[in-house]
Amino acid sequence: MSELIKKTAAELVALMAKGEVSSVEVTQAHIDQINKVGDAVHSFLFTSADSALATAKEVDRRRAAGEKLPTLAGLPIAVKDNLATTDAPTTAGSKILEGWISPYDATVVTKLRNELMPILGKTNLDEFAMGSSTEFSAYGPSKNPWDLTRIPGGSGGGSSSVVASFQAPLAIGSDTGGSIRFPGAVTGTVGTKPTYGAVSRYGLIALASSLDQIGPVARNVLDAAYLQDVIAGHDPYDSTSLTQSLGSMVEAAKSGSVKGKKFGLIKQLAGEGFQQGVKNRFAEAIQLITEAGGEIVEVDCPSFDYAIDAYYLILPAEASSNLAKFDSVRFGMRVTPEGNPTIEKVMAATRELGFGPEVKRRIILGTYALSAGSFDKFYGAALKVRTLIQRDFDNAFSKADILISPTAPTTAFKFGEKVADPLAMYLNDIATIPANLAGIPGMSIPIGLADEDNLPVGIQFLAPNYQDAKLYEVGAALEGILEGIWGKRMIDFAPNLEVK
Amino acid sequence: MAKANLMDYEKALELFEVVIGLEVHVELNTKTKMFCGCRNDFGDEPNTNVCPVCIGLPGSLPVVNRKAVESSIAIGLAIGCKIEANGGFSRKNYFYPDLAKNYQTSQFKDPIAYDGQLEVEVPSGNKFTVQIERAHMEEDAGKLTHIGGATGRIQGAEYSLVDYNRAGVPLVEIVTRPILGAGSEAPELAAAYVRSIREIVKALNVSEARMERGNVRCDANVSLRPKGQEKLGTRTETKNVNSLRSIERAVRYEIQRQAQILADGGSIIQETRHWHEDKGSTSSGRPKSDADDYRYFPEPDLVPVQPSIELIEKLRSELPENPAAKRKRLAGEWGFAEMEFRDVVNAGLMDFIEEAVAEGAKPQAARKWYSGEIARIANSEDKDVSEMNITPAQVAELARLVESGKINDRIAREVLSAVLAGEGNPDEIVTSRNLEVVSDDGALIAAIDEALAKQPDVLEKIREGKLQAAGAVIGAVMQAMKGQADAARVRELVLERANRA
Amino acid sequence: MSEITPDLVRHLAGLARIDLTEDEVVRFTEQLSVIVDSVAKIANIIDAETPITSHPIPLANVFREDVVLPSLTQEQALSGAPDQAQGRFRVSAILDEE
Ligand SMILES: [Mg+2]
Ligand SMILES: [Zn+2]
Repeated sequence: MSELIKKTAAELVALMAKGEVSSVEVTQAHIDQINKVGDAVHSFLFTSADSALATAKEVDRRRAAGEKLPTLAGLPIAVKDNLATTDAPTTAGSKILEGWISPYDATVVTKLRNELMPILGKTNLDEFAMGSSTEFSAYGPSKNPWDLTRIPGGSGGGSSSVVASFQAPLAIGSDTGGSIRFPGAVTGTVGTKPTYGAVSRYGLIALASSLDQIGPVARNVLDAAYLQDVIAGHDPYDSTSLTQSLGSMVEAAKSGSVKGKKFGLIKQLAGEGFQQGVKNRFAEAIQLITEAGGEIVEVDCPSFDYAIDAYYLILPAEASSNLAKFDSVRFGMRVTPEGNPTIEKVMAATRELGFGPEVKRRIILGTYALSAGSFDKFYGAALKVRTLIQRDFDNAFSKADILISPTAPTTAFKFGEKVADPLAMYLNDIATIPANLAGIPGMSIPIGLADEDNLPVGIQFLAPNYQDAKLYEVGAALEGILEGIWGKRMIDFAPNLEVK
Repeated sequence: MAKANLMDYEKALELFEVVIGLEVHVELNTKTKMFCGCRNDFGDEPNTNVCPVCIGLPGSLPVVNRKAVESSIAIGLAIGCKIEANGGFSRKNYFYPDLAKNYQTSQFKDPIAYDGQLEVEVPSGNKFTVQIERAHMEEDAGKLTHIGGATGRIQGAEYSLVDYNRAGVPLVEIVTRPILGAGSEAPELAAAYVRSIREIVKALNVSEARMERGNVRCDANVSLRPKGQEKLGTRTETKNVNSLRSIERAVRYEIQRQAQILADGGSIIQETRHWHEDKGSTSSGRPKSDADDYRYFPEPDLVPVQPSIELIEKLRSELPENPAAKRKRLAGEWGFAEMEFRDVVNAGLMDFIEEAVAEGAKPQAARKWYSGEIARIANSEDKDVSEMNITPAQVAELARLVESGKINDRIAREVLSAVLAGEGNPDEIVTSRNLEVVSDDGALIAAIDEALAKQPDVLEKIREGKLQAAGAVIGAVMQAMKGQADAARVRELVLERANRA
Repeated sequence: MSEITPDLVRHLAGLARIDLTEDEVVRFTEQLSVIVDSVAKIANIIDAETPITSHPIPLANVFREDVVLPSLTQEQALSGAPDQAQGRFRVSAILDEE
């Protein structure tokens, strides 16, 4: 294994800037790793080695010519396959979009291109990002590099496994109820869901518009900060995109500290019903934060007990409408039944065969939540819970600067364990969902391995809206403390992938 | 399709009370669409004014057109509505291939304007106040072309083609409350109401307001209830009736059709119906029950619209004169007889005459050309006056040429035909067609004026029928022109003068 | 008890234009019943006075100026279409033959 792929994004950028290594070398090293472990981990739905190398060459040429280049120029990256790209298919993990090439680039993809980052390919996800394990991808699941019989989290299991297995130093994810943070926790990587609107959603195939947010996936906090600084910013093509700058995440990560900060321990997410090993690592992390000068306070968020319920009404409702455009008319798959079918029958047959079971389940549920007789009882009621959750956060943030909880109740589970039980699957997101309902930023960083199974455990930090920088400050600080204790990085505990 | 039995109109009104409700869609004339920067121009090559947003590609997001919001507020103010301080958009979910996202971004709760009213005058001179429930913003759908059927109709078509150039064009939908009490004049009221809306949006300059192009479209709801019954009857909604005349006919048809069904003991199905201009009848569309659950919910891709008091008051201060007030003013200024003025209004000629007057025509002359000639020709060609190939400025010029005596009425009619045929402006035509006698007339007319000044009683005598009195003037003119004038022409001019004065 | 019945699932699938198999109707009826019964408990903590929140961030009045932006070409617009003719998207007949 090339040493280059083990380096952090920040290290690679520095090496390239000094001319000690070229972008082509960095990019090629990752392509080699993709060729080596790609089939086993199945992180990518599409790889674009040639165009990545072309970008790398261009960067090297311009650097040699003495041009001033963007910070991350030449650093390869992987992009979740629910972002529209003009030079690679975009499927959102669904059969209904198989082979679709978008005539436009998502704003985030445009930003990566402007930054001159070679794009290695499109990463796997649960179909339309509905799921917590990638088992609902129409193209088969991605594997957890720590244990190939286990899930890499979802929906962004492609992006988490890609950075955890060194196929890319950075990846783009999207987080609707934890799809960046949960995969981060179970693969020992770092993922941030920025404040809603901090990153443009234009070109992100919508799951639930009021919950979706694009964010960085990385192996450490500083790398995530570099990526967030590249992708954030106002976009006139997204009405919900924030106009104000949230500042530099890189600076926040570099000045990381927990000293003097109040950490709110969320009573409802303190570990009841959580795996023992998760609770143990979380307790240790709290201990370390206290020793480093942070103060722990308990905060009560009673409506969080209803967050999953509200979420599983709001999400399907919005999704049922967002996914209506997949009708076989303008793009995507078309199934024409026998005989002389009307367009209505063509649409219904296409959607029956084009969508997988979880997507259909949620569309039906969402249709129900919005339908005439049940709107007030379900969708309307869920929007009220959303208000209560925001109030709980307001209250909690009046007592604490940052809120903390384990990112997920368990470590990575085995394939097939929860696939038949939707409610059990939905419970994975219990700690991550409240942030999406309230719009606030959240981050998961690894805090060690669970005693029972030696699998990664994550801690989640939550900050008030617009205060993403706080996450990077405390995330980098705790990460530094832990690496000091371990003498290496979390990812270095990962077993070497044995592949033929 | 079996032809429906129609009850005699008078009899229908004896038995039933008519309730109508009107939904008028106004297409705004913004440069770009409601939620994207594509050109608002749907006559172009198919699918060229489209982008990821308006063809509903995955990942695309809407952004609201500020001008469209301001135009909508202006319409709301002009029809006496209150303006919503905290509104926003909703999604109306239903599948149809002309609807790119399979939901229409519209307004549901809290439309931009609500609670208005409009006073409408019908041809008899009766006035009605129509209560307006709401005016809301939404987007238009694309255009379907049905191929393979005998008539290009949706029924019997083999397949259809979709052009999304019109998808996303901004619309304002104005919805009335149920209109009761119009009695036998309900069809006329429906047409007069739509005409008023058309006049208002045209005066506001927020829409091209051409009904024949679908810029203003009307869906007419009609229901009947037995006289004395409290509960409203079941209504039908006749879609997209695209001329004022058709609105009147469609409402009348539905009254007669429904009356017969009810009188026969049948019941009305709540449904959408289509108006067929050629047959003068409506036919059943899709039953409404199938698609009535639109699952409206707040559009999560858009944020609330909260117009400031300052903006509302600015738009209010910029409102043009209310068309009803304007009618009153012009009636005074032009000095037409009451019947003359009403005919002008009913024929939709007021704005043309106003423009011609602004271009220098005398009101009576403009009226004469528009009602007497242009409207008559348009009618015989089954066209709207707006479609005739003549501008108010050209009409004014024509009137001026007659006024100055350069041409007479007979020649002017010839010139008018030439203008309509696209030969150019009236004075160009006079020159190019070498209507030379006209220019000679100038000198003749001067001599006639001089002669008449000396014999002021001649014209009066001619009008009384004593045509021989003209002889004295003709003699004086021939003398003044040293015999070089055409005596027959001089006689013609003298008689014409007498008739005109 | 849940109000989810097979007929309701079929009706919802019709609204959502999904031609479910009978097996799916049975399975979804069961699964949705469980989910709906569970989520119904949110009624416990809300009341008529609780305001709704449909946007996580309080923004308002975000507009675009009425200025023309680049469109797609016809070729780009039609590039993903399963079927097309005469520069337009082609679909099967909308109504059943009468
Ligand atoms: Mg409408
Ligand atoms: Zn567009």
